[in-house]
Amino acid sequence: MQILESGIGELIQPFDLDEFRAWNRTKKTRKLVDKRMTEYEAISQFVYDDCYIGTELYGTVRCPMSLAREVVRQGKKNLRVCGQGVLELDLWLAAGIIKKLDITYIGLEVYGTTAALRRAVESGQVETCVEWSNASISWRMKATAMGVPFLPTRSMLGTDMLKYSAAKVVEDPFTGIKVALLPALILDVALIHVHRADKHGNCQIEGISGFALEMSRACKRLIISAEEIIPTEEIRKYPDRTLIPYYLVDAVVHAPYGSYPGEMAYMYGRDEPGIKEWVEMSKTAEGADEYLAKYVHGVKNHAEYLELIGDERLQKAVELREKRE
Amino acid sequence: MIEQTYTKTELMICVAARLFEDGTTCFIGTGIPMLAAMLASKTTAPNIVPVFEFGGTGAILEELPRAVGEARTFHKGISALGLCDTMETAQRGFIDYGFLGGAQIDPYGNLNSVTIGEHDHPKARLPGSGGGNDVGSHCWQTIAIMQHDARRFVPQVDFLTTPGFLTGPGARQAAGLPPGTGPLAVVSTLALMDYHPETCRMRLKSLHPGVTVEEVVANTGFELVIPDRVGVNAPPSAEELRLLRDEIDPEKLYI
Repeated sequence: MQILESGIGELIQPFDLDEFRAWNRTKKTRKLVDKRMTEYEAISQFVYDDCYIGTELYGTVRCPMSLAREVVRQGKKNLRVCGQGVLELDLWLAAGIIKKLDITYIGLEVYGTTAALRRAVESGQVETCVEWSNASISWRMKATAMGVPFLPTRSMLGTDMLKYSAAKVVEDPFTGIKVALLPALILDVALIHVHRADKHGNCQIEGISGFALEMSRACKRLIISAEEIIPTEEIRKYPDRTLIPYYLVDAVVHAPYGSYPGEMAYMYGRDEPGIKEWVEMSKTAEGADEYLAKYVHGVKNHAEYLELIGDERLQKAVELREKRE
Repeated sequence: MIEQTYTKTELMICVAARLFEDGTTCFIGTGIPMLAAMLASKTTAPNIVPVFEFGGTGAILEELPRAVGEARTFHKGISALGLCDTMETAQRGFIDYGFLGGAQIDPYGNLNSVTIGEHDHPKARLPGSGGGNDVGSHCWQTIAIMQHDARRFVPQVDFLTTPGFLTGPGARQAAGLPPGTGPLAVVSTLALMDYHPETCRMRLKSLHPGVTVEEVVANTGFELVIPDRVGVNAPPSAEELRLLRDEIDPEKLYI
């Protein structure tokens, strides 16, 4: 196949599918073992400096915020990150722990562009931004999930997105149309927050699933945080609800209100003042540091964080949840 | 009758809302497009199927989503699946319209939401494409909703994020984008624009009430096609304003 155009962006996570197959054969147990641990244990065991890491879904929606804060707390650094994010990646940017980005969108949605992203990129602290669309980054994970080296798409064609990505344009050998080939993305570590999991790591999600299916199948290590730990009998009663089967999972962390100040569909809504606090404080580097000092470094763990937030605010978030009616 | 007063943003949302065609599938970007979709669903297009990129389809838009993955994007919806499903649905031709915003737009309707200045040494790093590029690539027609000034309406976008007509007639198809797709209109704080069918260049279609052609030209950084006849958009009705202020954005996040 002739390559018609190549993106100049760095492939910041080179991949080897056969090595990934061997990894899945030898490093991922099929045994139903108890994988519960604290967030401290999970992050210290599986997240390491320079690793390629991703979070799902994003900062205000079913996001592993408690795990994201623990990554900062433990001082992990030089992370290479695939970036569809809001508050969680903004925290990492403000903490200065991101070195390279496969970026799709990092912003504050209703509150616009993020000052932390601007500071980190415009100062050169983030060494490189490789551009991808939201679909492209998910399809890169889908390629890995399928066990194939790339997926073709008609996204990104004709634009600077293609130019600053690591995709390649070819002529499809079957129909002759042009397609962009998206390279598979194998993450070293992925963090996903779910509604319920059993101790082995079988996971249920309510509401939209974002890109949890793809990411959970495209990583070497998967840390799950869950609002509730449920008995395996519950999993087996509703097997159709298992989106992430246990054998993909390396750690299960019990994290009630794990997505706070963001939401968790049908459990709690977002805490608007809590989100606005970050929006306001992150406008300056000093403000962001102050926020990190209070909410990340000022507490030992997620349980202490929840104490700091207080029951009243958490209960208010519960009242604001989406209801099935 | 007492004359209604309204802001430019309110008017822009009303004009955008009237473009929604009832009974169609509409990909809704974050921000102003959400308000326009809500207003449309409460007025002239009650049967639109809103599609939000992270998986919400067919929501009843009772409360303004503040995020494209918020539960409000699948409230009483048809389905709550995932990002790949909605994007694949667009890629195989099921999404009629895409409603988008951007920091910059050029005469061919190309949008920028990545960087101002050079990519590798930007003056300003913006959030990135998100689903914007996908929406502009795969939806049959796209509508941009933008503040209108010469910094945003530029001869060339600093970074071409979301494809409009690219460099002009035939360019989308030459690049490999699906035939028959492309930008339909731009709704700004000053006017409604469409595109010249032959040159693919942005063309003034109708002015907002009280706005002159000169004002639009002065606030556009490139030569806009000005037809012989330019219409005038109807001002917001009392009902449109009531819905916007009381039901859609009572917290005044956008209006």
